Amino acid sequence: MASGAGGTQQTTGHGDPAKGLPPGVIAALRGVGKTFPSGVVAVSGLDLDIRDGEFVALLGTSGCGKSTALRMLAGLVPPSRGTISWQDRKNPGALSFVFQEPTLMPWATVAANVRLPLKLLGRNDDIVAPRIEQTLQHVGLDGFAQAYPRELSGGMQMRVSIARALVTDPKLLLMDEPFAALDEITRFKLNNDLLVLWQDLCKTVVFVTHSVFESVYLAQRIVVMTPRPGRVFEEITIDAPYPRDESFRTSAEYAALCRRVSQALAAAKVEAAS
Amino acid sequence: MIDRALRIVLPVFALALGVLAWDLIVRFREIPPYVLPSPGVVFATLFSDWSILGGSLATTLLTTLQGFLLALIGGVGLAVLFNQSKLAEYSFYPYAVILQVTPVVAIAPLLLVYLPQPAAVLACAWIVAFFPVLSNTTLGLNSVDRNLVDLFRLYGASRWQILRYLKLPAALPFILGGMRIAAGLALIGAVMAEIAAGSAGAGSGLAFRIAESGYRLNIPRMFAALLLLSAAGVVIFFTLSLLSHLVLRRWHESALQTES
Repeated sequence: MASGAGGTQQTTGHGDPAKGLPPGVIAALRGVGKTFPSGVVAVSGLDLDIRDGEFVALLGTSGCGKSTALRMLAGLVPPSRGTISWQDRKNPGALSFVFQEPTLMPWATVAANVRLPLKLLGRNDDIVAPRIEQTLQHVGLDGFAQAYPRELSGGMQMRVSIARALVTDPKLLLMDEPFAALDEITRFKLNNDLLVLWQDLCKTVVFVTHSVFESVYLAQRIVVMTPRPGRVFEEITIDAPYPRDESFRTSAEYAALCRRVSQALAAAKVEAAS
Repeated sequence: MIDRALRIVLPVFALALGVLAWDLIVRFREIPPYVLPSPGVVFATLFSDWSILGGSLATTLLTTLQGFLLALIGGVGLAVLFNQSKLAEYSFYPYAVILQVTPVVAIAPLLLVYLPQPAAVLACAWIVAFFPVLSNTTLGLNSVDRNLVDLFRLYGASRWQILRYLKLPAALPFILGGMRIAAGLALIGAVMAEIAAGSAGAGSGLAFRIAESGYRLNIPRMFAALLLLSAAGVVIFFTLSLLSHLVLRRWHESALQTES
């Protein structure tokens, strides 16, 4: 990890949150680049706006810097160049991150894992217990509060991870290929549940994935990234209406959109190679 | 179930066989008790000399317990200090290693010169026992899931919060493993120091009794004291294994029941 114990707020390269954000945009990356100490240029010249309430997917091949971009947006990795502005940076509970693995504390119960962000933010009032119960209900885990992570399936562990991200009622939810390790049926189910949550709770979601099908199914806007160095190749708007369900997944419209996005992804790869 | 029963029955059976062979050899070869006492004589001595041996056992166990607890506090404390401060780690870690690699039997006579005997014995128990706790705890504190550290940072966790809620719980299985080794070593350290002090004659621990009985050619009492030492070691090992199991059984791989 390049940054020290600096904490999210002091990360260098983040712009003044008050200035420079167009209306409706809650976070923006401007000319952002990241070069790791090994010399690998993971991201270069990345421009991206995140609009309030939208579901945006970052799509790219493995190792294209999309995870690095997400971690920079979260303030976990400082950018080498450019600025990252984020409206609510002073408020640590306003941004949540869901990792590729469930990343739960194995020694703590489901309830204690979900409670963690509130504990770290120093919220110990009467609202905490009902808040945990309510969040577990949202992700379909009521009745599992006292279970330990190892007693749950991979899909359910991921639900706990999502509940933990939602418990602070964040404005922006960053998800780094959260369902990549799950089987297809579980992934479809979690995709559906995530869309319902997004609509019910009015969050802004930035979803990193390498799956064309997943990005088209979920997102309003797909940002196709080029590999090495990662930057925006094309932005594709998916204007299929919500709620999207299994009938959308099997429709001709979905297939056509997937073809269109696949072509963009292939072209991004060719451009990077040339 | 059968496997579990065999695990208990077989060692007991092997022990009984060994004791029987021992008894038969002593009986038929008519070996005198001052060369090799029969198991019956050893047990009889255990009861007849209990007033001496019992007190010695208590002394040795108390030293072991104190040495173990000090090793636990010192080992975990130093590991946490080293984890929090690179400066402290670079300055003092080499000396912890030197203390560990120098045989304690060689240090014991020196300690006996400078310290009153009980303190010197305790110091030896501590020296041999603290290093496994230190090195295991260090390993545990460094084996934290990087993503969990990131998660804690995301919510603005302080160093204290990361230590208290993340690093120490993650290190717990390692600390318990270190404790299991340390408890046995504390007993060994106490015994070595008592032997080294034995000629000074002021001690009253079990190892001192063994040395003393040796000078007096009281071989049955030597065996009885040795038996008590082994039993103490076994009890210490199983106590800590049980503690480890009880603490970890809900979540750690090492303590889970195998599904079959």
